[in-house]
Amino acid sequence: MLTYATKRCRFNPAVNSSLATSVSCSQKSSPSADSSENSSPLSLAMMPRLFSKSNHHPRTCTTVSSSSSSTYLLNSTSSTDHFEPHTQVPSSTSSDPFSSPGAPPKRPNTTYPTRTKSGYPFFCYSDINLRFFPSQTAASRFLSSGYLLNPTNLSFSPSGFPPKHSSSTNSNQTVNRYPFFGYSARFFGSQTTVNRIFSSGYLLGGTNLRNSIRIGSGFLKVQSLAGGLRSFSSESDRESIDYDVVVVGAGPAGLSAAIRLKQMCQEKGVDLSVCVVEKGAEVGAHILSGNVFEPRALDELLPQWKQEEAPISVPVSSDKFWLLTKDHAFSLPCPFDNKGNYVISLSQLVRWMGIKAEELGVEIYPGFAASEILYDANDKVIGILTNDMGVAKDGSKRENFQRGVELKGRITLLAEGCRGSLSEKLVKKYLLREKVQAQHQTYALGIKEVWEIDESKHKPGSVLHTLGWPLDYKTYGGSFLYHMKDRQVSVGFVVALNYQNPFLNPYKEFQKFKHHPVIKPLLEGGTVLQYGARTLNEGGFQSIPYPVFPGGAIIGCSAGFLNVPKIKGTHTAMKSGMLAAEAAFGVLNEGSNMEAYWDNLKNSWIWEELYKARNYRPAFEHGLIPGLALSALEHYILKGRSPLTLKHGKPDHEATDVAKLHSPLQYSKPDGVVSFDVPTSLYRSNTNHEHDQPAHLRLRDPKIPGLVNLPDYAGPESRYCPARVYEYNPDEEGQLKLHINAQNCLHCKACDIKDPKQNIEWTVPEGGGGPGYSIM
Amino acid sequence: MKIMVAIKRVVDYAVKIRVKSDKTGVETQNVKMSMNPFCEIALEEALRIRESGLASEVVAVSMGPTQCVDTLRTGLAMGADRAIHVDTTAALYPLSVAKLLKALVDVEKPGLLILGKQAIDDDCNQTGQMVAGLLDWPQGTFASKVVLDKEKQVATVEREVDGGLETLCLDLPAVITTDLRLNQPRYATLPNIMKAKSKVIKKFTPQELNVEIKSDLEVVQVTEPPKRKAGVIVSFCGRADRQA
Repeated sequence: MLTYATKRCRFNPAVNSSLATSVSCSQKSSPSADSSENSSPLSLAMMPRLFSKSNHHPRTCTTVSSSSSSTYLLNSTSSTDHFEPHTQVPSSTSSDPFSSPGAPPKRPNTTYPTRTKSGYPFFCYSDINLRFFPSQTAASRFLSSGYLLNPTNLSFSPSGFPPKHSSSTNSNQTVNRYPFFGYSARFFGSQTTVNRIFSSGYLLGGTNLRNSIRIGSGFLKVQSLAGGLRSFSSESDRESIDYDVVVVGAGPAGLSAAIRLKQMCQEKGVDLSVCVVEKGAEVGAHILSGNVFEPRALDELLPQWKQEEAPISVPVSSDKFWLLTKDHAFSLPCPFDNKGNYVISLSQLVRWMGIKAEELGVEIYPGFAASEILYDANDKVIGILTNDMGVAKDGSKRENFQRGVELKGRITLLAEGCRGSLSEKLVKKYLLREKVQAQHQTYALGIKEVWEIDESKHKPGSVLHTLGWPLDYKTYGGSFLYHMKDRQVSVGFVVALNYQNPFLNPYKEFQKFKHHPVIKPLLEGGTVLQYGARTLNEGGFQSIPYPVFPGGAIIGCSAGFLNVPKIKGTHTAMKSGMLAAEAAFGVLNEGSNMEAYWDNLKNSWIWEELYKARNYRPAFEHGLIPGLALSALEHYILKGRSPLTLKHGKPDHEATDVAKLHSPLQYSKPDGVVSFDVPTSLYRSNTNHEHDQPAHLRLRDPKIPGLVNLPDYAGPESRYCPARVYEYNPDEEGQLKLHINAQNCLHCKACDIKDPKQNIEWTVPEGGGGPGYSIM
Repeated sequence: MKIMVAIKRVVDYAVKIRVKSDKTGVETQNVKMSMNPFCEIALEEALRIRESGLASEVVAVSMGPTQCVDTLRTGLAMGADRAIHVDTTAALYPLSVAKLLKALVDVEKPGLLILGKQAIDDDCNQTGQMVAGLLDWPQGTFASKVVLDKEKQVATVEREVDGGLETLCLDLPAVITTDLRLNQPRYATLPNIMKAKSKVIKKFTPQELNVEIKSDLEVVQVTEPPKRKAGVIVSFCGRADRQA
């Protein structure tokens, strides 16, 4: 027991003392098996201390996850649901996150205190936990009945006894056992080995565990039935922290929402706790954008931004729009009106906004990735769960394993950016697109470099956009080149992801573009400072989903408010964050509905702006020339008052043609001066992931790359990924096999979007990994 | 017994650094900074010693400008009991740091001083050794294993040296500098980070500690290493200079 205490204390030093004392106490008191409520007040009394954290912190910090999970479980009556809870546990062995596809589950790390006698490859967690319950009946009664039955009074008071339950516990056992079992399944979430037990049926000697629990009388009875199976834990060793608002993503939308909330708190004299979690190692590390910034939203949010030294200092000085051919550039009338806008580095602006948010009292936690959504019994979102840290590649726990933390919020705002992993899940779950008859979202992949060029060639505020070469007339895309300050120039290339030729390599198109006779002289003699890539949404008005779900809302590019003809999404993302904050404040303070956010959006300038811009992008469905013609019509003649709304074509992943309809494209080798190979560019992105962690890019069906992607589409992921994560390498027999270099990932989400069978699922890696953008 | 751990705020190891255009140093503006990895290992070792019951308190110490407080908060979040910040904006070279550490040791009187073997920004590998000299304490550098014996008041340190592993037995109080293979530092948990935000960090200035920070070194120039030249392919495995 004591060994457990010390091991456990390594990971949770704060509970060191309380655990040690409580553990030793429970050893002394060994309550009799058939005692009732007065059985082991001592051991029961120990439990709150075991579970509660020390009380320095004003927030309710309970280590046992409270009402949420258990009430959720009481609701799930169908037997099949238990092992496939809302945590989206993959249902088949093949999609097990921790083992290589097809391999049997591996044994967990043997340095952990116990192993099950049955030798099943279960993690040892629960073994540990079970030792805290020396009394079978007392514990089971305590845990399975009152605890689960009364979801409302669940939080352990740190000093008192757990709530006394009525003696009618036994009758409720049958009801509770089910969810109880699922309780532990759900606690261990999708990231540990438990799900292999439940979902793949890899159970003790073939017995269906569900049945055994139904028969038994308390979870510990399972222990005897299952012959030593001690893998269930009644207590979650996950901590749970409560906030009023939890924001996922410290980007322009997330930080604007947080700042606006705190501003309203100050105005109305209320206090709301706001927490922002960010998967990047610091605020701004995963922010990449052109960026010609329209300060409209910032003027509303922080009108004193200039005095407060926001990193916005280069006004747009010239605006050019060129159509490129292989050797020439034709100047077209510029459709943009960038007067009053600034050329900035969004990463720096977001960093500044982070400082402003912290000054207002927002708690920002970089390095923590939100990996799962937490639901309650009514399917309402109640918060998020951060990733477990310190999991090894094979799924076992490393020396420095840390359990994820539950961040519960009365309102949860998802501001993950384009194709946010959690946002996509919620859109699917609550059918948010169907609710407003929105179309699917369409995307583009933007690849960007920041150069430092010769002083003589540098013109701060100069803005250039190009169309045409090197892309063909069927592929929508173009480039941008903005001059910032300090001799820095942002140059980038955007390719719409509904391109048809599977041999297209957006990265190489970008490198080719830089060789154009008008572009190359500008960059020659300069050095590349940073490189990065990110997808952006091009769906515009037609693709905006209903952004409110029970328990929160989706803000920013996760919903999709980018104005495509302007190529600006920052100002609308910030405004959407502010509107959501206002709605959330109403919910928390006045008891109104979060639906007010949707109404706010429709009444705001975002709606008007996106409505006017809705037909530009769909016009290019038929090619570059029709697109330009229609856009000119829209812009100069109709001026946004078009009676029709054009629709998008096929979703991006369906738009790829099979490889036999196209021939491979020829790209020249990088010259090392203006163009570079992927490893050199990757080095400049500062991307880094802890190597010993499970790959965060999951294949829903590991056979599909070999059966579909490679033969039919010639492995497009090896081409569109700007970080060379996906490679087809010949194995021993000379067969090409997909190899995933997850540590190169730039978190751009292109694979999640473009994979023809939507087989690649981008999930969030351990917090703190990913690119390290500072001037992007 | 108290353990003092010295930590340094450096440019994050994953960042690709650039030299400033005026060649006076490395670009540190807008660059991610974090705790020196060797210092993390040192702190982890101190925490493990405390958790095994051989020490009562772990004190984290850092020197530098106000932003060092962030690194100290990370240390507190990992589990240090207290933190001390020596506030100075002067350029700190290893000897100055060693003198400041000596002054702090005289104030705090720890039984063990653990540091990282070197900082990843200057790669000096001098501070631990210098402070041991100033304090006249035994030193176990490049430790890959540390075992303390409380009754005998000794520390057995396995050092990674060029020839292999050397085991030393040091009388406490002693200075230990940590090498990479000593341990895997733990992650700071979110609740601990939250708690660490409100913990008090004691501040000192060099004047209060009676240490004069003067440097005997002056950085003249910082340049990038020369670009790798292409190799020459020789036609036989003889002397390459006979080719051409």
